[in-house]
Amino acid sequence: MKVGLGLHAGFIVAAYAAAIAVVAALIAWVVLDHRAQRRMLADLEARGITRRSAREDDS
Amino acid sequence: MTALAAVLVRDARIALRVGGGALMGVLFFLAVVTMVPFALGPDLALLRRIGPAILWLGALLASLLTLDRLLAADQEDGSLDLLLLGPAPLELVVATKAAAHWLTTGLPLVVASPLFGVLLNLEPAAIGAVALTLLVGTPALTCIGLLGAALAVALRRGGLLLPILVLPLAIPVLIFGVSAANAAVVGPLPFGAPFAILCALTLASLVIGPFAAAATLRHAQE
Amino acid sequence: MALIDLANPTRFLALVARVLPWLAGATLAAFALGLGLAIAAPDDYQQGATVKIMFIHVPSAWLAMLIWAVMSIASLGTLVWRHPLADVAAKCAAPIGAAFTLLCLFAGSMWGRPMWGTYWVWDARLTSVLVMFLMYLGLIALWRTVEDPSRAGRAAAILTLVGTLNLPIIKFSVDWWNTLHQPASVFRLGGPTIHPSILAPLVVMALAFTLLFVTLHLAAMRNEILRRRVRTLRLMQAHGA
Repeated sequence: MKVGLGLHAGFIVAAYAAAIAVVAALIAWVVLDHRAQRRMLADLEARGITRRSAREDDS
Repeated sequence: MTALAAVLVRDARIALRVGGGALMGVLFFLAVVTMVPFALGPDLALLRRIGPAILWLGALLASLLTLDRLLAADQEDGSLDLLLLGPAPLELVVATKAAAHWLTTGLPLVVASPLFGVLLNLEPAAIGAVALTLLVGTPALTCIGLLGAALAVALRRGGLLLPILVLPLAIPVLIFGVSAANAAVVGPLPFGAPFAILCALTLASLVIGPFAAAATLRHAQE
Repeated sequence: MALIDLANPTRFLALVARVLPWLAGATLAAFALGLGLAIAAPDDYQQGATVKIMFIHVPSAWLAMLIWAVMSIASLGTLVWRHPLADVAAKCAAPIGAAFTLLCLFAGSMWGRPMWGTYWVWDARLTSVLVMFLMYLGLIALWRTVEDPSRAGRAAAILTLVGTLNLPIIKFSVDWWNTLHQPASVFRLGGPTIHPSILAPLVVMALAFTLLFVTLHLAAMRNEILRRRVRTLRLMQAHGA
């Protein structure tokens, strides 16, 4: 028997919203950081600066 | 053993010199104790109730803020490297430095606490209990702080990072120190139980603090 | 693939690239199931619908402790076994752990206000979690203070292990302190017994959160390895490679 979230709906919603916000922030951090690192590595490679192992194997 | 005695005497002498800062801890303690009535109002009954807590907090903060003298000065002038290369085990060396630090900085806090207890309108039993718990607890604060001081050396940065890292480790000492002091006065609880736990915490920190600090200093050299 | 292969950063990156999409998918599926069960869960006899906050609060608390345990094992890896990726694992776990600890505190506060009428209570569990949050933040500050990652790693490892020793002492101390100062009221967080209809969503959500942590952690470790490569290359460049 569901009667909606009841009296304290605000608190329940706030808790779940916070969870979504925290998870979204973590995912954003990981994704954006990944892009930034990849970009910097590509940039360095374009300037000819690579790791020794990358130069010796295939690139 | 002569090597350790030399470290002890040297550290004590430096701390007691004019720029050494041994009495700075006591002055800061006094400053904190003075600030609290300004914040709370001169209600003597209230001050008597929270007096042990104020004294403990003041001693805790005073201990924390004098910690960076413990190892940083030696690192700056290079004597830390000499100590690392010396004959005595590093754990004992840092333990001796902690002992010298406590004698010159911690013990004065203990000695000063009865006087400040009078300022806070504490009754004699409370003053005695606070002094005794501080006597047992301040070595723990020094040894816990020893690890923080070693980290500050390893990281070459100080500022507020050191107190932030050390405070969570000092919470149990604070809890049991204050509750022992209160129990002696108000207590439904006997004084013995929290006091025994406080002693146990101090003994544990006397071992863990120097070992952790020595490990930190060694790893910092690599 | 032997465990030793995980010590090689390049192989580790390859492994992460293969595994990450599956982990992300599994996480999504688990959350879908968990949220479905949470929404369908009946209201609690005493707490009403606010019991649904437990499905956020309890898994966050579980994660906060699990992540601290992961950091402790990683710290042992750094100090004792000198595993090359151990400090990467420790560094990346800290912000994730701090985030979930914060979520745990906030959700606990949201649960506390309808239940006890106050947003915050210095009860033993919440206070211990607050201290743990402080320790997480201290570790993150430590990581950011030192430029050289491996030196930071060793210092952080020691501090983490001392913190691990501290946690049970804190829990014990705060329990003690709590019995001293709150004799009358007895706050029971989480309820006495857990009904099966509450248990199922709780377990699934805990699983979903754990999968989320593993996914985020591996992705963050990958980023950290790339970050260190960038740093090495820049140092090479600065030294005129």
